[in-house]
Amino acid sequence: MKNTLGIVFTYKYEEDLKTLTQLRSISSIPFGGRYRIVDFMLSSMVNSGVTKIGMITQNNYSSLMDHLGSGKEWDLSRKRDGLYIQPPFSSANSISLGANYRGRMEALANTMSFIRRSTEEYVLMTDADVICNMTFDDMLDYHIAKEADITLLYKEGSFSNESYNQFCFLATDEDGKVTDVTINPAKNRNKLCVGTLIIRKSLLESLVQECQSHNLYSFRRDVLQANLKDLKVYGYKCDEYFEPITSISSYYDTNMSLLDEKVREQLFGGDYSIYTKIRDEVPTVYRNTSEVSNSLIADGCVIEGKVENCIIFRGVHIHKNTVVSNSIIMQDTEIQSGCQINYVISDKDVVIRQNRKLFGYQKYPTVLPKSSVV
Amino acid sequence: MKIKKECIAMLLAGGQGSRLGVLTKEVAKPAVPFGGKYRIIDFPLSNCVNSGIDTVGVLTQYMPLDLNAYIGNGQPWDLDRNYGGVSILPPYVHGKTGDWYKGTANAIYQNIHYIDNYDPDYVVVLSGDHIYKMDYNKMLQYHKQTDAACTIAVLNVTLEEASRFGIMNTDENNRIYEFEEKPKQPKSTKASMGIYIFTWSKLRQYLIADEADPQSENDFGKNIIPEMLGNGEVLMAYEFDDYWKDVGTVQSLWEANMELIGVDSPINLNDPSWRIYSRSPNVQPHYVAPGASLSETIVTEGAIIAGKVEHSVLFSGCKIGKGAIVRDSVIMTNAVIGEGAVVEYSIVGQGVVIGANATVGAPKEICKPGSIALIGENLTVGEGATVEPGIMVSENIPAGR
Repeated sequence: MKNTLGIVFTYKYEEDLKTLTQLRSISSIPFGGRYRIVDFMLSSMVNSGVTKIGMITQNNYSSLMDHLGSGKEWDLSRKRDGLYIQPPFSSANSISLGANYRGRMEALANTMSFIRRSTEEYVLMTDADVICNMTFDDMLDYHIAKEADITLLYKEGSFSNESYNQFCFLATDEDGKVTDVTINPAKNRNKLCVGTLIIRKSLLESLVQECQSHNLYSFRRDVLQANLKDLKVYGYKCDEYFEPITSISSYYDTNMSLLDEKVREQLFGGDYSIYTKIRDEVPTVYRNTSEVSNSLIADGCVIEGKVENCIIFRGVHIHKNTVVSNSIIMQDTEIQSGCQINYVISDKDVVIRQNRKLFGYQKYPTVLPKSSVV
Repeated sequence: MKIKKECIAMLLAGGQGSRLGVLTKEVAKPAVPFGGKYRIIDFPLSNCVNSGIDTVGVLTQYMPLDLNAYIGNGQPWDLDRNYGGVSILPPYVHGKTGDWYKGTANAIYQNIHYIDNYDPDYVVVLSGDHIYKMDYNKMLQYHKQTDAACTIAVLNVTLEEASRFGIMNTDENNRIYEFEEKPKQPKSTKASMGIYIFTWSKLRQYLIADEADPQSENDFGKNIIPEMLGNGEVLMAYEFDDYWKDVGTVQSLWEANMELIGVDSPINLNDPSWRIYSRSPNVQPHYVAPGASLSETIVTEGAIIAGKVEHSVLFSGCKIGKGAIVRDSVIMTNAVIGEGAVVEYSIVGQGVVIGANATVGAPKEICKPGSIALIGENLTVGEGATVEPGIMVSENIPAGR
C-alpha cells in the first residue's frame, strides 16, 4: 500500500468512557496489558505498508503524544514520511471553533495543508479506537477493482446493543455497492460501518473544500448521506477480529476477550506484531504464595497473591493473601495484602490499601481513576 | 568540527565462550540469552549508557551475525547518536593484508583509528562476559584522582577462589605492583574483573610497542599489563564490592539466572536509576492458563504457561504444556515443553522442542552439583525421551529413548 496516506482520528465518543478519558483521549487508553488502544490501528497501518500517517487530535492529547513520541516504535520516525501529529488548529479565517471540531470534515479542513502536500494517490482514513491486527491491502485492491469513490469497511453481525448507537449502518446491493447509510437506525443494524475507509485523495480534497464553502462539517451526513447517489460508495466486509471500543462495558469485554486463545491467536499469533512504546521492565516475579489462573500478565509485576481471569499491566504489585478476579489492573498499581477485588478496572498508579473489598458487576465494572488511593 | 569525547568504551565481544558448549555454537558469548529477556552484552552496554559513556566500539569476531543483528543501530540502549553511539568493529583488511584479532590487545590496536577519531583522554576496555551493574564514571574519577596510566577494577574473592582469577597484588594505597594469572599460592584476593580504564595516550604507545614485538601474544593480561608494570607506570586497583558474576560456564550461567529470582536477589534489576536495557521482541503479555502454577519464578512477555513451574527463569515466547513440570531450570526464548514433560536442573536453549512426557535432567537434590542438563538451540527431544542429568545435547534425540 505504498501509494496510500494514513489519517487517524484519535478522538471519539469519549463521554461513554468517562473516567478513563478524563485525562486522555480514547486512543491512549491502556489496553491488553502493555498496549494503548491506538497501537493496534497504527501497527495495522504500518504492517500494511502505510508509512505516512497523520494523527488528528482534538483534546487531552498530551498522553497520546507522550506515548507516540517520535513514532520510532512503529518505525515511523523517518527521513521520508513517518508520523505527523496534527494538533487542533485555528486561524482568523478558519470556520472552526478552535479545538472543538463539529465534525470530521471540519477537522480535515484544518489538516488540509498536510493532505495537499502529500503525493499519495489514496487516503486510508480511520478511527483509532479499534482493537484489530489486519492489513488493508486487500481492501485497497477491492477499492481499485470496483473503481469506487469511497470504500467503507464494515462488520457483519447483530449490533442491536445500545453501545453502537453512535454508529453508521450500511445497506448494500449484491455487488457490494452501498445503497443506504443510516445513523443509529431502529432496524437493519447488521452491517456496522466501523469508521475505516479508503478514498482517492483528490476526491477527499474536493469534498473538504465543498463542505467548507457550505459550512458543512459531518462526514457521515454531509458527505456519505448527501452524496450517496452521486458517488460510487462500496462496502468491504471485514472478516478479521475488529472490535471498536465504545463504552466501559465494551472496553472491559474486549480486554477480557484476550483470555480466549482464539482471539490471542488472531491478534498476536500471525506474522505481524503490534508495536508499542518500550518500557524496559524486568521480568515478572512469581513468589511461592502466588496462585494464578487464566490471566494475561505483562512484565515488571510482582505477584504474591491470587489472580484469576485478569489482565495485569506492567509494573503491578499484588501482595499476599489478596484475591484479584475478573479485573483489569493498569500499570504500576499496587494492591496490598488482604484485599478482595472483583470486576474492577483500576487505572494507572492506583494504590489499594490493606483489607479493602471492591466489587463491581460484569456489565458495570467499578472504575478507579488514575492515581487514586483506596 | 568534531566534538572531543572525554572517555569512550571498547567492548571485547569476539570471545567464543567455548565453555558454554552448545549455547555458543552459533552465537558469540555476549549474545547468549540471560535472565528472561536479556543478553549478556546488555549489562556492559547499559552500564556504559548509565555511566554517561555514549561512544562504544563493539569488537566482534566469532559468530557475529546474531550479535550484529541484536545491537543494530544501538537504539534500545539509547546509543543511536549523531556523533558516537555504538559501532560494530569486526576485523578488516588493510592494505594488502588483513588480520583476525590475534588477542585482546591486538583487537584494540587494530582499531586505533576508530579511537583516535574521538580524540579521547581515556578508554574503558570491557568484556562481554559478566553480569553486574557498575558506574564506570566513578571508576574514571578514581583513575583521574590517582593520576594512573591504567586502573583495573578488582573484586575481593575468597583465598580458595583466588587461584581461578587474575590476581592483583597491591600496596596499601591499592597501587598494583604485580599481576599474577591464576596463581597457585595467591598473595592477594583482589581478582581482576576484566574492566580496565587506560589513559589513551599511554595505552596507544604500549599497543604500538606490543604490536612490534613478534614474541608477544598481544593480550592485555599477559603482555600489556606486565609491560606497563615493568616500566614503572602507575597501575591502580579499583575496588568494587557489589554483585559481579562471570557467566563463562554452564554452571555459573545457571547460577546467575537463579540469583535473579529470590526475594533476596543479590542484583536488583528493577532499579529505575540503573535500568538494564534490551531489545524488545514486541510480543503480547504472558498468559497463565487455568491449572498452571508458578512459584519463585520469573516470566517474560510472550510466554504461555499451562504447567507447573518452580524456581525457574522463563524467556519470552516459551510454552510450558499442560501437566508439564519445570523446576530449577532456565527455559530460553520460544522453547516448547510438551505436555507432561518433566524438566529439572536444566538449561533449555532457544527454540528447543521437548516432546510430551519426555524427561530432561533430574531433581536438583539428587544430582551432583553442577550436573546441569543442557540442550542446544533449536533441537528436538522426542516424545517420552530421556536426557540424563549433566548431559550436553547437541543433536536431536528421537522419541522414547
